Amino acid sequence: MAKDRYIKAVSELEKIAQEVYDDFVKGEIPKMSLPVRTKTNIVFDDRHHVWKYGRSLTHRSAKELGSAYTLLRTMYVIDFIREMVEAKKSSTLREMYYISEGWEMAKFPDQDSSNSLAEDLEIITMSLREDFKLRPEEDGARVIGNVTIQEVNRKGEKKVFNCRDDVGDSGYGIPYNVEKEKLTIKEVDADFVVAIETGGMFDRLVENGFDEDSRSVLVHLKGQPARSTRRFIKRLNEETELPVIVFTDGDPWSFRIFASVAYGAIKTAHISEYLATPTARYLGITPSDIVNYDLPTDTLTDQDVNALQAELTDPRFGDDYWQGEIKLQLDMNKKSEQQALAKYGLDYVTDTYLPEKLAEMGMTK
Amino acid sequence: MANDNGTASELTGGIVAEPIANKLAADLKEISVAEFFERNKQILGFDSLHRSILTAVKEAVDNALDACEEAEILPDIDIKIEKGTTKDELVMTVEDNGPGIVKKQIENIFARLLYGSRFHAIRQARGQQGIGISAVVMYGQLTTGRPARVLSKIGPEMPAYEMDIYLDTKANRPEVVRSEAVHWDKDHGTRVTISLSAKYAKERRQSVFEYLKATAIVNPHAHITFLEPTGETYVFPRVTDKTPAKTESIKPHPLGIELGTLMKMAKATEAYRMTSFLIKEFSRISQRTAREVCRKADVDELLRPQDMNRVQAMRVLEAFNMVKIMAPPTDCLSPIGDSLMRKGLRKEIDTKFAHTVTRAPSVFAGHPFQVEVGIVYGGDISADAPVKILRYANRVPLLYQQGGCVITHAVEGIDWRPYGLEQRGGTGIPVGPAMLLVHVASTNVPFTSESKEAIADVPEIIDEVQLALRECARKLKAHINKKERLKKIAEKYEIIQKVLPRLAEKSASVIGKKVPPIDVVVTKIMNVVVIEDNTEHDVVDGKGITTVGIDVVNYTPKQRNITIACKVPVAELGKVDPKPSRREEGLVVWKVTKMEPTEKRHITLELVGLEKDAYEEAEVFFEGLKADQVIGAEPL
Repeated sequence: MAKDRYIKAVSELEKIAQEVYDDFVKGEIPKMSLPVRTKTNIVFDDRHHVWKYGRSLTHRSAKELGSAYTLLRTMYVIDFIREMVEAKKSSTLREMYYISEGWEMAKFPDQDSSNSLAEDLEIITMSLREDFKLRPEEDGARVIGNVTIQEVNRKGEKKVFNCRDDVGDSGYGIPYNVEKEKLTIKEVDADFVVAIETGGMFDRLVENGFDEDSRSVLVHLKGQPARSTRRFIKRLNEETELPVIVFTDGDPWSFRIFASVAYGAIKTAHISEYLATPTARYLGITPSDIVNYDLPTDTLTDQDVNALQAELTDPRFGDDYWQGEIKLQLDMNKKSEQQALAKYGLDYVTDTYLPEKLAEMGMTK
Repeated sequence: MANDNGTASELTGGIVAEPIANKLAADLKEISVAEFFERNKQILGFDSLHRSILTAVKEAVDNALDACEEAEILPDIDIKIEKGTTKDELVMTVEDNGPGIVKKQIENIFARLLYGSRFHAIRQARGQQGIGISAVVMYGQLTTGRPARVLSKIGPEMPAYEMDIYLDTKANRPEVVRSEAVHWDKDHGTRVTISLSAKYAKERRQSVFEYLKATAIVNPHAHITFLEPTGETYVFPRVTDKTPAKTESIKPHPLGIELGTLMKMAKATEAYRMTSFLIKEFSRISQRTAREVCRKADVDELLRPQDMNRVQAMRVLEAFNMVKIMAPPTDCLSPIGDSLMRKGLRKEIDTKFAHTVTRAPSVFAGHPFQVEVGIVYGGDISADAPVKILRYANRVPLLYQQGGCVITHAVEGIDWRPYGLEQRGGTGIPVGPAMLLVHVASTNVPFTSESKEAIADVPEIIDEVQLALRECARKLKAHINKKERLKKIAEKYEIIQKVLPRLAEKSASVIGKKVPPIDVVVTKIMNVVVIEDNTEHDVVDGKGITTVGIDVVNYTPKQRNITIACKVPVAELGKVDPKPSRREEGLVVWKVTKMEPTEKRHITLELVGLEKDAYEEAEVFFEGLKADQVIGAEPL
């Protein structure tokens, strides 16, 4: 089954090359079309309750120098993927970037453009980059909580362990592949999942024993979460029906982290239904918390203000709740970090803030 | 600073008119010269140790250039600055190959304030601007106690004289302490050595080095050598053998005269009646105009000018404004000229693009003036710094008070953004890899203050400067556009020559097919007629040959006809191939017909007798196709 998946992906990729070839034969300028990948082209998918790309298309035509090069690189990438599938190898995105050094004029100018091309190909062929034998650099983050996992390790052995009892203080590290053939969720004894932006706060909750006291599973997002972290959270949510709450800093960038967990990220909107957890809820730090808890603050930078302004017109933040919070933050011109709660002592977050917020959200009795 | 001392403002403000100078000389006697000097150091350019050396060099070099110009000699000027015997003492030596000074005048020129022929003549001269070399001699004497040493020789068969001279500050008289005939291995010239309290720093924006560099730009006929105190030597070489046109002196123009001057001129004239006074002492007054002035002023034509009273003089002034008087003659002005400006700029700045504009002479308040502007772009010039403005008045660089100068205001008042430079809000000094040179030449440059470092905001001058700047800016824009078009062509070529063949090959290999043909796609991607030109200059048998080559390539899927026109300056045409279909004022026109897709045609045009920098970039136009069907030329 897994083998079919690669072959299918390759045949989809070859269609792209076929189209370019046909254009030459017909005497037409070769081109490639794909969805516009900005916030202006994401629409809500009622079936999956996530945000996906809309219908606006952008055309990559050999008429423009940059696009001509991208088309050429696409041909090289297709060739490269096909070779990997045939040789039963895989590579990281970064390795592909370095391999392109040998592609002469088709080599990638930087790794962002090779990552982005891999995403383009996912979108056009409706596949995942794993189908292309490409894996990310980024590893998933850490988990601590009463969840029992079975993982097939690199020797092909099935290992079963509990993410609270069988791990050290750094928790269970989420692998880059969290699909069923690799990872199975065996058993869960918890009431909800808390996804946490910063390592400092994750460690604080672990040290304070919040996972046990509140019967929760703690997941460290590590900033903007990797695909595998988001996929892992989604599986936990879907398979065990645990509610997910997101706990981040109180600034525009953190709101985007929440959006990528709950609604789908703009960059990966083609696979939102696969990565996003639509029922995830935002706990804080909200701009209202900054006021209500009288937290220590920093003044918004120009970039912060621009990001907030952009979020006001981002359809994912279109509801009254977010519009109100974003405008409030712009008004007060302040932001706060999660760890600002330490103003009231190290236990304040676990003893007071989280219980109050969770009660407010109806998560605890 | 300027107005707390009436004597000072009269001193420099009235330098051109003899009567005021006389009055000044009388006033000067009432206070000691040294005291006057001490009080007015700033005005005279000796307010700091750094500035003192600059003022000293400037006076000496200006004198040398003026002397050479009057004698129509190509100047060779050596400037040497050495450390003196005490701290903060420098010894400046400036030597020229000018006509020299006759023995009995040496002491007066170097050691008598306000002595010199220039104060009496109305014409453009550098020396109008400074207090004079004698002030440097006095400053040196006051600060070091040493006399100035002057060596001068007026001809190959004549003896050279060397003198040590003090300035008697009480009497404003020279005091020669040593004078002897010496042998000097030079046909003619002058050398002056002055010790003075001063400091030398090359890095300063307003330094001797910067001044000499700026001077070299507008005096490309001069060879200037500069020896720094560190022992380092800089040479600003001569790049042309053409001396600037000699300036003629003119009589005052009626529109530039003030009441006091008019009355003094009337007292001093040798004319017996008003009409002859007006005709003789002013420029542009004919018999008919003189009579009309008298009639309008209600002054008897036969009145003795010496008897004219204040009220009558005022009416004469008013009458000057009522009658039509021709603008003053402008042959008293000496513009640098387009070619020399470009040579000067090119020699000091390595740049891709240079354009210059010399405006026709104009007049403000009866004073003739003329504006010249040069712009350079690209090359070595920093792209993210404000544009440097080289300001000149009568060929003398202005280094101080940039913000208060009409030239700066004219630059700031233009929105440079449409012309391809960055500028915040469309005002202020633009930012970009450009440099501007602005020269204002006039018989009476209207400085904002006695220190003569900034030109006043005279509306006529700002208008002229802006007209010239805009003309330069338009040329700049055309150059930038052309560069951008060439970049676009280069990109298209990259696509069709490099990327497309590889894309065809690779797409075929992925799906296991033969490489497809790409020709049709190539013409579709280009879909333009490409025109490329290049200009080369050569000298054959002493004659400059400028060769313009124009390539026309039909990169469209259809057969094309196009008319190509090349703008040419006034010059003899050499070989022209193919034969042009017509020639009209400044244009050579060819009809290029029946070009098949991807076909290329070549046109050659030779211009004979031009200098290298007279025609550096061909201007090519086309007709017969739409603007977006052609790349590399402008529609005619």
